Amino acid sequence: MIAHATPVKTYCLIFGGLLLLTGLTVAASLAPLGGLHTLVALAIASAKAALVLLYFMHLADSSRLTWVVALSGLLWLAILIILTMSDYLTREWWRVTDG
Amino acid sequence: MSTVLTPEAAEPKPDAVRPREHYLNVRFGIASWLLTVDHKRIAILYVVGITLMFFVGGAAATIVRVELMTPAGDLVSRDDYNKLFTAHGIIMVFFYLIPAIPAVLGNFVLPMMLGARDLAFPKLNLLSWYIYVAGGVFTIVALLAGGIDTGWTFYTPYSSADSHTHVIVTALGILIVGFSSILTGLNFVVTIHTMRAPGLTWFRLPLFVWSSYATSLIILLGTPVLAITVVLLAVERIWGVGIFDPAIGGDPLLFQHLFWFYSHPAVYIMVLPAMGVVSELVAAFSRKNVFGYHFIAFASIAIAVLGFLVWGHHMFVAGISPYASLIFSLISFLVAIPSAIKVFNWTATLYQGSVSWQTPMLYALGFIGLFTIGGLTGLFLAALAVDLHVSDTYFIVAHFHYIMVGGTVMAYMGGLHYWWPKMTGKMYPEWWGRFSAILIFFGFNLTFFPQFVLGYQGMPRRYHEYVAEFQILNVMSTAGASILAVGYVVPLIYLLWSLGYAKDAGPNPWGATGLEWQTPSPPPTDNFAKTPVVVNPPYTFTAKEAEVVG
Amino acid sequence: MSAESVHHDAHHDAAHHDAVEGQAAAPRSPQAGHSGAHHPALAHHFDSLEQQQEAQSLGMWIFLASELLFFGGLFTVYTVARWAYPEAFAFASGHLVLWLGTLNTVVLLTSSLTMALAVRASQTCELRSLRGYLVLTIVLGVVFLGIKMTEYYLDYREHLIPGPMFSLAGHELPDPLPGGTREFTRHVELYFWIYFTMTGLHALHMIIGIGVLGVLLILARGGRYTTGYFAPIEIAGLYWHFVDIVWIFLFPLLYLIHHGGAA
Repeated sequence: MIAHATPVKTYCLIFGGLLLLTGLTVAASLAPLGGLHTLVALAIASAKAALVLLYFMHLADSSRLTWVVALSGLLWLAILIILTMSDYLTREWWRVTDG
Repeated sequence: MSTVLTPEAAEPKPDAVRPREHYLNVRFGIASWLLTVDHKRIAILYVVGITLMFFVGGAAATIVRVELMTPAGDLVSRDDYNKLFTAHGIIMVFFYLIPAIPAVLGNFVLPMMLGARDLAFPKLNLLSWYIYVAGGVFTIVALLAGGIDTGWTFYTPYSSADSHTHVIVTALGILIVGFSSILTGLNFVVTIHTMRAPGLTWFRLPLFVWSSYATSLIILLGTPVLAITVVLLAVERIWGVGIFDPAIGGDPLLFQHLFWFYSHPAVYIMVLPAMGVVSELVAAFSRKNVFGYHFIAFASIAIAVLGFLVWGHHMFVAGISPYASLIFSLISFLVAIPSAIKVFNWTATLYQGSVSWQTPMLYALGFIGLFTIGGLTGLFLAALAVDLHVSDTYFIVAHFHYIMVGGTVMAYMGGLHYWWPKMTGKMYPEWWGRFSAILIFFGFNLTFFPQFVLGYQGMPRRYHEYVAEFQILNVMSTAGASILAVGYVVPLIYLLWSLGYAKDAGPNPWGATGLEWQTPSPPPTDNFAKTPVVVNPPYTFTAKEAEVVG
Repeated sequence: MSAESVHHDAHHDAAHHDAVEGQAAAPRSPQAGHSGAHHPALAHHFDSLEQQQEAQSLGMWIFLASELLFFGGLFTVYTVARWAYPEAFAFASGHLVLWLGTLNTVVLLTSSLTMALAVRASQTCELRSLRGYLVLTIVLGVVFLGIKMTEYYLDYREHLIPGPMFSLAGHELPDPLPGGTREFTRHVELYFWIYFTMTGLHALHMIIGIGVLGVLLILARGGRYTTGYFAPIEIAGLYWHFVDIVWIFLFPLLYLIHHGGAA
């Protein structure tokens, strides 16, 4: 059984894209973006992660079940962070002791 | 469910020359057990570990209850009392309630219910047992070395900065045992997805499989958060720098958020498999298809998902934002809906069924009643105003014991009796079974119902002394606990006795449906002589099957 | 595989083909078991090599989803702490060596490429390339850890290891300083605590990954994974890429926030 293998060229292209995005994120961190630094950095990181997931990990041609598994991991991470922050962002508690 | 099977599988022919080979007699000796990769033998290994831990945790509870017979703290010191209720909580939650039904009953019957020869990863399954033992050893060593007094919740900054007890070793034990349940959950999900028998579609799965699947989801997505939380706690305790102690810039509520992100869903890790067992029992002993199969199946998944959105209700009085509290309160009410759906459907299954009153059914009925009380009092606690009044009182203690003991332990006992003939090939003594089931039901209610009243009257939890006016109810509770203790020891004796002396059970003593009943008892190592082919929905009681037990 | 398996070969041929008309939704079909039944890598409790590979790959994906939540607890801690102390975090982040972090990112991304090519070599049954790419991946992993250790050593020299040794003396503090010097120092220390915990756990995963690849490299010598059975290489690759993805997020969140200030 020989599985259909992705061409080497595809892998190299993805790798090039990853390097490009790495350069971009470093450059963006040095650029004057106002308050957008974190957003831009996370967007670029997500794009890089997507490239690795889709092509290096072959999620692009994986079953729907694999997608569900990958996305549920992300969804639960979002639940953890969003619901926790829903507490912090709606009370001015930490700030008080900070000062 | 009906299947097409070979005659040998349905009615094993007695072999005059040598006894039929099955998973128990295929090999002998200690090594054949400690190195086994057979899911059935691993289930037996888990029975041993879990039973031991149950009685260790029970011993701690016994001393707690005896201390509370009198208002004065006269039996044990304050510190020892703290260590005792902590030991009771940690051992019962992490080493009994969470693994009990999945690792024992699930391990044994799940592959058979799917018509599979084993779980997808048999070696990981064995590894999970060894990890369980390692976690248990760490925890027991910590207890013997002097114990831990933080409560099973490890709240910071007490646990990270102040407590002078064995927090790190115990936390390590919890971390380790967590990986054991992750491996079990992983095995279950993969097995259910990839190893179902031909014809066994999702809606032909027994409800126990659905609830095990939902449980595994919670284990896989929740346990790692607990693992990293106890790692952070241990690092903070060792290092003196960390994120949970307000004195060094941290926030103790962050610990509670992370802890309850796992530990609230953990309640559903404990009770969802119990619900699955009860679904099997109610169908089998009503001789009737489960009412609203799809609703029960999807309610399991709904509970698993919603269960992750409500953890804040453990922190209503801890100082979280009132706005977040509102959301957590609302979603907590929503969890009641799928739980209520299940209770209604079990009740409707009983209606016009041919109900028989064997031991497993007594436990199942006990579960339904006690779980309902536990669930309804949960609604009190989801309400912000009431929670403020009864937080950290015995009302809470009573509430979660109705879910944990009235729910999970009742279902575990019911499931153990139900599948005991399959596991051992022997029938337990029915009279003693019913006797102890009834004993446990009465003992349980006498122990914990008074605690609702105590809590409502304001008796706080986790103190070894109390004001004199609470004594009558506390004495009732302790009396109930001693009945409960007898109720748990009696089955231990007659189940062990049955191994040597009871009569053979035959492949399907209950006339139940399900693939596990269509192979001999005890099953062969590969479970089925030939892979079964499923042609019917579950719980299809044919006339023939209904005749087996009259 | 199983020490307990008895007379199992006959079982692969499941019974009664005629009974399952129209039941395609179940994963196993009665016909399964012929295609790969005699492959040496097939465990006895699976019907076919395809079923076994599917199970193993699914198992790894589920494990990784679980791992994501393991790191997720750390990302939550990071989010809360950075939200609380944005200035201290921006200040502290400026004390990491940016070019070393960037270099390490490139090293790790390259190792992901060689890992992907190793999986490909296994799929196309090229033993020499498989071994070569595995060696390359391991070497790059070790280089990553070496650079990480160098960074840790630099932090140690600058007294940036949290604990009694921690000190910002000799560092120019921002002006105006949010809160007092003592609080600010403590919050910078907290950043480094999170930094060491996150990168330390990531490094632990790298070490485990290198160990797994080392075992696979030894096992691959006999051509075990170049005869159509490549699941172990594939799932080891999944793990390796996941560890890479974690770093893809750690890098900007830890190294690149010195300008961020308010999040």
